[in-house]
Amino acid sequence: MAAAARSQVMSLYRTMLRESAKFPSYNYRNYALRRVRDAFKANRNVEDPKAVERLMEEGWQTLALIQRQGESETSQQTSLN
Amino acid sequence: MEFGSGFKYCIIHQFSSGSLESIPAVLGQFWNRQLTRPQRIRTVGRKLIKKHEQDEPRPLYMDFQATTPMDPRVLDAMLPYQVNYYGNPHSRTHAYGWESESAMETARKQQVADLIGADPREIIFTSGATESNNMAIKGVARFYKAKKRHVITTQTEHKCVLDSCRILESEGFDVTYLPVQNSGLLDLELLEASIRTDTSLVSVMTVNNEIGVKQPIKEIGQICRSKGVFFHTDAAQAVGKIPISISDWKIDLMSISGHKIYGPKGVGALYVRRRPRVRLEPIQNGGGQERGLRSGTVPTPLAVGLGAACSIAQEEMEYDHQRVSMLANRLVQKVMSEIPDVIMNGDPEQRYPGCINLSFAYVEGESLLMALKDVALSSGSACTSASLEPSYVLRAIGADEDLAHSSIRFGIGRFTTEEEVDYTAEKCIEQVHRLREMSPLWEMSQEGIDLKSINWTQH
Repeated sequence: MAAAARSQVMSLYRTMLRESAKFPSYNYRNYALRRVRDAFKANRNVEDPKAVERLMEEGWQTLALIQRQGESETSQQTSLN
Repeated sequence: MEFGSGFKYCIIHQFSSGSLESIPAVLGQFWNRQLTRPQRIRTVGRKLIKKHEQDEPRPLYMDFQATTPMDPRVLDAMLPYQVNYYGNPHSRTHAYGWESESAMETARKQQVADLIGADPREIIFTSGATESNNMAIKGVARFYKAKKRHVITTQTEHKCVLDSCRILESEGFDVTYLPVQNSGLLDLELLEASIRTDTSLVSVMTVNNEIGVKQPIKEIGQICRSKGVFFHTDAAQAVGKIPISISDWKIDLMSISGHKIYGPKGVGALYVRRRPRVRLEPIQNGGGQERGLRSGTVPTPLAVGLGAACSIAQEEMEYDHQRVSMLANRLVQKVMSEIPDVIMNGDPEQRYPGCINLSFAYVEGESLLMALKDVALSSGSACTSASLEPSYVLRAIGADEDLAHSSIRFGIGRFTTEEEVDYTAEKCIEQVHRLREMSPLWEMSQEGIDLKSINWTQH
């Protein structure tokens, strides 16, 4: 399970970085990139499969959040006057 | 040419009709036909943002004590309650009310139980730390006024606390404004000596918003508990940034502000201890919401936002604290190593690292702020910035008049990057050098003249 999950973890990591880079705001973009990197780095040695499962779930939800917020920020900034 | 003017007419018409979605429809006729409608809107959106940024780049934000940007996670938690789940949480009869109420109660518990170590029934949602401070000070003082007519506070408190105390004085209370030492810290023996038998309340803020000094709240709580006096602390700048425990620190009342911890503006909370019970006379009367202490509909989206901000703050406290300390050290080291005669106001050890107040001798603060126009900074707090007087907090810590006038507050927060800090430090160094070149006082001090010995009035 853990071995198969490694490629999934890497794919989630890459997707999150890609989506984080799409934030129009400089501060949010840098924070998201940095936080994603640091979170994955901090958890790189987690062995327990349940913990890995839970962290991956959180990761997917955060990814959805980043996608939602990136979209809404773009569409909100257009009405800036 | 007819084609050209027609095209222009179309664009103007679309703009004036106010609908942005129609622009792609117009532009799409002439290029990018292959994109779908949402893609076109996004492309145009990004082009408009880039154009906006090219025309008017915005300053770097380094004023986190004034307010903080909302964390995207907080906004994400709030949006459903702004759009879909819009019920009044006090409506008992239908699902809109129930879902709203359950969100509000989760925020109360999520925010409370996890962050400050309190019971959810002890948290009252308010419109901000100013309202919480008013409620706490006026409410407690007025409730116990039959037997207790003395209130103690410090000279470095926030304006809302000082103003509430002034109102109490006009109602016949006795208020002691304790002075602070040069480090900004309160003298505990002086506090103990000032407590009388008829003291009802002591109010000391946890982290000062201007100089970042962290008061010895644990010891103060100990003193107040031993003397049977209620202890209120304005923790607006401290909540979510340093670990707080209301039971260890023996706090009876605590003010929390939403927009200082990456939450929405317009919401705050007041912690009111139940054991031993603290009684308050409410300021806002009405339908008895929030245990009768603060009537009025609780704004569900804002409460949810505050709850989300608090739970995020709890998870990120360690990470943020390390990062903010690192950035603050970087800024202070850079600035102080390149420029002589810079003084950091406030105790160097007992402080929150993200609030740095530096005084640059021989340079006027306002002119330095204007020179650093592409960094958003402040000198003195936002509430007192309209007046020309130097900040009362700096005066209370005994800073000289001229140093008080030349102080700048740098605020560092969760979203600050290393590049922003480096840029700010370099710009600051450059501008201080430039302003000092122009300053006659600097010339005189370089020649070795002691400025304090000069008699300025010569006629």
